[in-house]
Amino acid sequence: MRAWRRFSPLQTALRLLARLGAAVVLLWALRGMDIRWEFVSDSPAQMGDLLGRMFPPDWAFAGEVVDPLVQTINIATVGTILAVLLSIPVAFLAARNTTFNRATYALGRLVMSVSRSVDSLIWALIFIIVVGPGSLAGALAVGVRSIGFVSKLFAEGIEEIDRGQVEAIVATGAGRFKVLLYGIVPQIRPVFAGVCIYRWDINIRESTVLGIVGAGGIGFVLNTAILGLEWSRVGLILLVILGVVVVSEALSAYFRKRVA
Amino acid sequence: MLEVAGLVKAYPGGDQVLRGVSLTVKATEVVFVIGPSGAGKSTLIRCINRLVEPDAGSVRLDGVEITRLTGAELRRARRHMAMIFQEFNLVERLTVMENVLSGRLGYVGLWQAWRRRFPPEDVELAFETLKRVGLSGFENKRADELSGGQRQRVGIARALVQRPKILLVDEPTSSLDPKTSEAVMALITRLAAEEQIPALINIHDVPLARQFAQRILGLNQGVFVFEGTPEDLTPAVLDLIYAGAGEELTSALGALSVSDTGV
Repeated sequence: MRAWRRFSPLQTALRLLARLGAAVVLLWALRGMDIRWEFVSDSPAQMGDLLGRMFPPDWAFAGEVVDPLVQTINIATVGTILAVLLSIPVAFLAARNTTFNRATYALGRLVMSVSRSVDSLIWALIFIIVVGPGSLAGALAVGVRSIGFVSKLFAEGIEEIDRGQVEAIVATGAGRFKVLLYGIVPQIRPVFAGVCIYRWDINIRESTVLGIVGAGGIGFVLNTAILGLEWSRVGLILLVILGVVVVSEALSAYFRKRVA
Repeated sequence: MLEVAGLVKAYPGGDQVLRGVSLTVKATEVVFVIGPSGAGKSTLIRCINRLVEPDAGSVRLDGVEITRLTGAELRRARRHMAMIFQEFNLVERLTVMENVLSGRLGYVGLWQAWRRRFPPEDVELAFETLKRVGLSGFENKRADELSGGQRQRVGIARALVQRPKILLVDEPTSSLDPKTSEAVMALITRLAAEEQIPALINIHDVPLARQFAQRILGLNQGVFVFEGTPEDLTPAVLDLIYAGAGEELTSALGALSVSDTGV
């Protein structure tokens, strides 16, 4: 009879220890959160009460939601276009095969991480100070926030191109920019189109909350309704947001499939 | 006339791929280079148009020293050395016409290139050349819609519209079936003769080289070990050119049979 164990006794002990450790961390974090358990035990009733107030939604309010909704979509669209325009140079700097030298590569990567490490709500707060509250601040926030994501995926697309096609254009005696136009751009076009559409649909979702800090769009109406305890309006706005997000995701999925 | 003398190239961290290669291709001559994989055939061609930088040696095209050129001068020199590739290297997502016209990129301005507004005489030349390679009517097809043989014809057309002083041809048939290979090789040699330009052609297919060559050079481990006519290619000479090739495969097969019997 041959014995077989997946783990040695030492490994088994270490695995047990790791699980215990995770449990200790969880308990410690929960204690640190200072949870009021009487509120938690009350929460199902509160949730039911809240839903009761939201339904039926205030359909009559729908007319007043249209403009902020259009504004939200515009913030997302303008922000995405801005992000794409700014991301193109960043991506070429941050792709190993098109950057000029190590310093420009580092610069590209730096712009990427700065954009990504700050949330769009914080960008919105910054741009409200710079250009005042409203949808321009929102579009700038969405745009700057998206640069990291868009340029990272653009740069990956650039790094994956076929060297041979580029080599053939170089061999004709074409200069740097002609090589870019004929050897590189045609190869990355589908990736670019797909990323633009994908980011637009993410930005629709981002734009719905920007109004909470005063950067325009439907979030502002939502915040006002919550602060005014107008729960049936809140119910309507949430439904509208859900609808827009579902539609934009479906559109995005459809068009991304077409360009692939 | 192309004159290569003492060309040396080593890739970083590797052995020397070219160890002092010299050759001359005269005015309207078609020269074939044969040799095993890894002999340095592709590197030799790429050192001539400087897609690869040679470490030492000289390359002269009609008297102009290519190895010392930089920037715009190098690009101007490349217009005169048209290259045809093993994997065709067409820009897959561009049309046939755009691929052919890209052979004129060294001659037109950046703005014209971007707007796809090539001079009428360039467009006429492209139409005419497509007809000569048998692809009239394919202008607006995308390159990735074509078969292998058709793609290489587009590659040949792209090279010809450069109005080059020499054709540099790197294994033009390795991605093609035997019949298409023969047709493509016939086309390249016929067009070179019609244009009265020389060609330097790498090939691993010895029968094809025999069929089309005027002069054959044998490259092995970075040096020429043979020069002669197709008639000079005796079995003994082929053994010399291909010496060392396939040794790894032979030893691997040997190891396989030993382990088979050892069970």
